[in-house]
Amino acid sequence: MTAAPGPAAAGFHDRPPGPARWAPYLFLAPGLLLVLVFSIWPFLNTVILSFTDAQILRAGRFTGFANYRRAFADPDFWLATGNSVLYLLVVVPCLVLLPLALAVLVRTKIPGIGFFRSAFYTPVIASAVVVGLMWQWVLRSDGLVNTVLRALRVVSEPVPFLTDSTMLLVSAMVVTVWKGLGYYMVFYLAALGNVPVSLYEAAALDGAGAVRRFFSVTVPQVKPMMLLVGTLSAISALRVFTEIYILGGESGGPGGGARTLPFLIRQVGLGFSGETGYASAVSLLLFLLTLVFSLLGRRLSRGDES
Amino acid sequence: MSTRAARAGRYATLSLVLVVMLGPIVWQFLTSLRGRTENVYDGVLPSRPTLDNYVRVAESFPMLQYTGNTLVVAALAVTSNLAFGSMAGYALSRTGWKGRRSVFTVLVATLMFPFESVMISMFLTVRGMGLVDTLVGVWLPGAVSVLNIMVMRAAFLAVPREIEEAALLDGAGEWTRFTRVFLPSAKGALAVVCITSFMGAWDDFLWPLLVLTDSEHYTLQLGLKTLAGATTVNDQRIIAAGAMAALIPMMLLFFALQRFFFKGVGEGAVKL
Repeated sequence: MTAAPGPAAAGFHDRPPGPARWAPYLFLAPGLLLVLVFSIWPFLNTVILSFTDAQILRAGRFTGFANYRRAFADPDFWLATGNSVLYLLVVVPCLVLLPLALAVLVRTKIPGIGFFRSAFYTPVIASAVVVGLMWQWVLRSDGLVNTVLRALRVVSEPVPFLTDSTMLLVSAMVVTVWKGLGYYMVFYLAALGNVPVSLYEAAALDGAGAVRRFFSVTVPQVKPMMLLVGTLSAISALRVFTEIYILGGESGGPGGGARTLPFLIRQVGLGFSGETGYASAVSLLLFLLTLVFSLLGRRLSRGDES
Repeated sequence: MSTRAARAGRYATLSLVLVVMLGPIVWQFLTSLRGRTENVYDGVLPSRPTLDNYVRVAESFPMLQYTGNTLVVAALAVTSNLAFGSMAGYALSRTGWKGRRSVFTVLVATLMFPFESVMISMFLTVRGMGLVDTLVGVWLPGAVSVLNIMVMRAAFLAVPREIEEAALLDGAGEWTRFTRVFLPSAKGALAVVCITSFMGAWDDFLWPLLVLTDSEHYTLQLGLKTLAGATTVNDQRIIAAGAMAALIPMMLLFFALQRFFFKGVGEGAVKL
């Protein structure tokens, strides 16, 4: 048999028939199984558990919306939700705008620019724990900033960057922004590379200065990327845990005042008296919050295209 | 003349940003080099730089064991992500089989739920398997990441037809085509998968924190937390040495393989 390969050589179907029909499923099996067991099942289980009074050491009974009613009446839930949303509202604008400025700054071809580009990316490489330890050493009451401020007699008492709940939250935001700058800078570098040079030339011919060119050419051209960065940074802002854990300690700041939703989920759901049912309800509310912001981002970018 | 002034201004701005971006890292590094008796605020540079703190942190904490545990998890994660990620990505890059579209949709949907919103159930699943407080339990949920599957799929889709047709003429079977034609054509993507899964395993904190209880099994990041929280070691020089020891290998990796790092970020962006 002279089997000439057809033009559509991208499919599984153009090989000799037989057991190879199973090939795609065999290729897929290990990966798909892992995703089913460790991603899809946990999600379904979270939904199921959220309607029960399950605890870490005993199975639960169906309790309807009781966990949700409890969450809406729980001051800790509102504190954590408030902290998470506040975190998002502060961090997202910073991470949409500052990395863009940084990308514009490192795009020029001047000697040594490669070094700056890599250096700005370094905080991305560091783990959240290492970054937390570094900033702890900068912001502690006997840390670098307080020592300098006191030496300059700007303050007489150390600023409680890490020991006041609100300041701790702000400090963690600074750390998140600092660590995210280089990451999103790379996104913008890719987007800026696609802006046609002719647009800048035309704007320059019209007598537009650097600032005008930035706002009338660069910003509209990278707008889709700004929306993507906004969505991604919003989702990661809702996931913040490690920064606050390392900077403020296991309890999440004094009196747990700087706890975010992931913090609350871990606290409520694990340990000997872990209430997995209630924690699952809070988890699902966190998921819905994430969903709202990703759909918002998608909606905005759709509206942009049309 | 004005361009020269503009360039000077640009360098000044860049240097200012550089101080902010590297300041905390450099400060931590300098602290880690301070001698035992020297005040940490005695001038910017340590008067007699020493590696003593690195020795002390390794002596007073099982840092080597923590690092070993992390390397075990990282090696497993890299291997499984390379193998399962490329296999699944290959299947998804091929047409002509039933269920392709629904599998793709389901996989993309899993990217929607953040880890933190399923971690309690994930913990229960791992506990049900008897894997709590084991390194396998740390590794398994991240054994294949959907993002890596997507990166491999994109790379295989970009393999030119002609290369494959040549292999088909030679009568190569599916597995041979995969290993001999497709994998070698996707080396860049494999490197990206390798780096991202290694970094993920090296840097992860929250999941190991949930799974591991016995400090014997701690990964490096958990070990660092213990170091920072320990009241016995209230010496910032030692903590700094521990943090730098966890960071320096990552920095070396980054400077050696920079182009893949930036590529990985770009490809992740396209996929989401």
